Amino acid sequence: MSIELIFTLIMILVVFGISLGTAMYSTLAERKFAGFFQDRLGPDRAGPYGLLQPIMDGGKLFFKEEIIPSGANTLLYIAGPSLSMLTACMTSAVIPWGTYIEWDGHKLPLQIADINIGILYVFGIVSLGVYGVMIGGWASNNKFSLLGAIRGASQNISYEIAMGLSIIALVMMSGTLSMREITEQQAGFHGMNWYILKQPLGFLIFIICAFAECNRTPFDLPECEAELVGGYHTEYSSMKLGFYLFAEYINMFISSAVMATLYFGGYNFPFLNDLGLSHNLVAILGSVALFAKILFFIFFFMWVRWTLPRFRYDQLMKLGWQVLIPLAIANIVITGGVTLIFNL
Amino acid sequence: MKLTNRSVQVVNKQLSFKERLYLPSIMAGMAVTLKHFFRKHNTIRYPEVKRAFSDVYRGLHVLKKDENGAERCTACGLCALSCPAEAITMTAAERQKGDEGKYKEEKYASMYEINMLRCIFCGLCEEACPKEAIFLTSEEIAPSTFDRKSLIFGKDKLVEKQHHPNGKIRGGGPLDEKLYHGGNDTIKYGY
Repeated sequence: MSIELIFTLIMILVVFGISLGTAMYSTLAERKFAGFFQDRLGPDRAGPYGLLQPIMDGGKLFFKEEIIPSGANTLLYIAGPSLSMLTACMTSAVIPWGTYIEWDGHKLPLQIADINIGILYVFGIVSLGVYGVMIGGWASNNKFSLLGAIRGASQNISYEIAMGLSIIALVMMSGTLSMREITEQQAGFHGMNWYILKQPLGFLIFIICAFAECNRTPFDLPECEAELVGGYHTEYSSMKLGFYLFAEYINMFISSAVMATLYFGGYNFPFLNDLGLSHNLVAILGSVALFAKILFFIFFFMWVRWTLPRFRYDQLMKLGWQVLIPLAIANIVITGGVTLIFNL
Repeated sequence: MKLTNRSVQVVNKQLSFKERLYLPSIMAGMAVTLKHFFRKHNTIRYPEVKRAFSDVYRGLHVLKKDENGAERCTACGLCALSCPAEAITMTAAERQKGDEGKYKEEKYASMYEINMLRCIFCGLCEEACPKEAIFLTSEEIAPSTFDRKSLIFGKDKLVEKQHHPNGKIRGGGPLDEKLYHGGNDTIKYGY
């Protein structure tokens, strides 16, 4: 086996571990931050500062009784959460986590697969995620689950369009779909090359759609506990429920990573090349910078969740179809016009 | 016809353009939540930190001793008679020679029990007592247990350990400030 292949295998394990670990501690962070936003403390009993809470929660879910409703389609009932988890874990493959490590004359990229259709791959996998919700909701043989699943499916499909259109404007500027090349284009000029400065409207549309795609408040209609009991996972218990909830947090991590990569310079950070450090150290610092950006976005997700109330369903659809999609198309036209006039 | 002055005229006005943008209001709301994020938390970490009781709080009962350390209770039974929950029972006994230091008067309660499951902490026993012997002034709340028997408190739990000089109203034995209030973390009642 070549060193590149071994390194890629290690990267797969590391990225998988990091996304699971981040998602795990996002559950704790969510509850902690919920407490802080409401002048409370949040869970702090399990271990110092409640740090063992995610492990306790996971252990509890594993040991709980598994209930499969008698009217449910057993195969699809199990396939639903599995699919949700699978699609959530697959997206991280094309995200560039850093430049490359130089080792023994080899250039080892900190990325699992640098495919030239990186963004399309992300969209393809994310749009598969709706099947997990749909199948799980339908197979439960429960009215509330089905309603939640239908809501989830229509919401995801509606917002994927606006999301894709907002990305097209970005792709028109970058001229490539590869995540690594887009990140490389944002290097230099101390952060002045970041696409957030060139595509502010596109980013705004993208982040709103990301909230909707992750089923996060204010777009958490598929699982709105106040109206639909629990939405599509009403009938689920034990670790199958855990998978659904966990997939949401992995999706949050991945969409934070995508936003940081596409709009906030990825692993680039200001004064990157002025530090006078060795290449490998700079590469690792870049990965740390990307991670800091991701953590900020995760915090932002939670911050919005504990600020805004839920949309009404017709408001949600109106926002998606009548506001975001026209805005995204206008953004494409403006981007095209500016590119044409200034010959960028 | 106007029945009350609480009726409000409903206005169904259109949102202005700025309001329909939503984003300014969302940012204002997020500023509010962020302010709360860094604010001091209201939580009292209960088992470690206990909130100070108010001066009129009715806690667990205390059978007081006088300044010489002798029990004040004479087992007259007025507390049991006044108790609406019938939680108090006692047995009276005659003081023997040599026990003058232990019991204040010639009659004392050889057995005195309060059933904390029945007690409603109304404080009528305290009002009925002619000897100023019982007060609901312990800064403790009834503990939770798994059996009923251990919630019938006898004299071993009720009689104050030693006379507390200025404890006519605030009784319940000397309080270890640190133990009860966790040092400086005391949260004053009634803010």
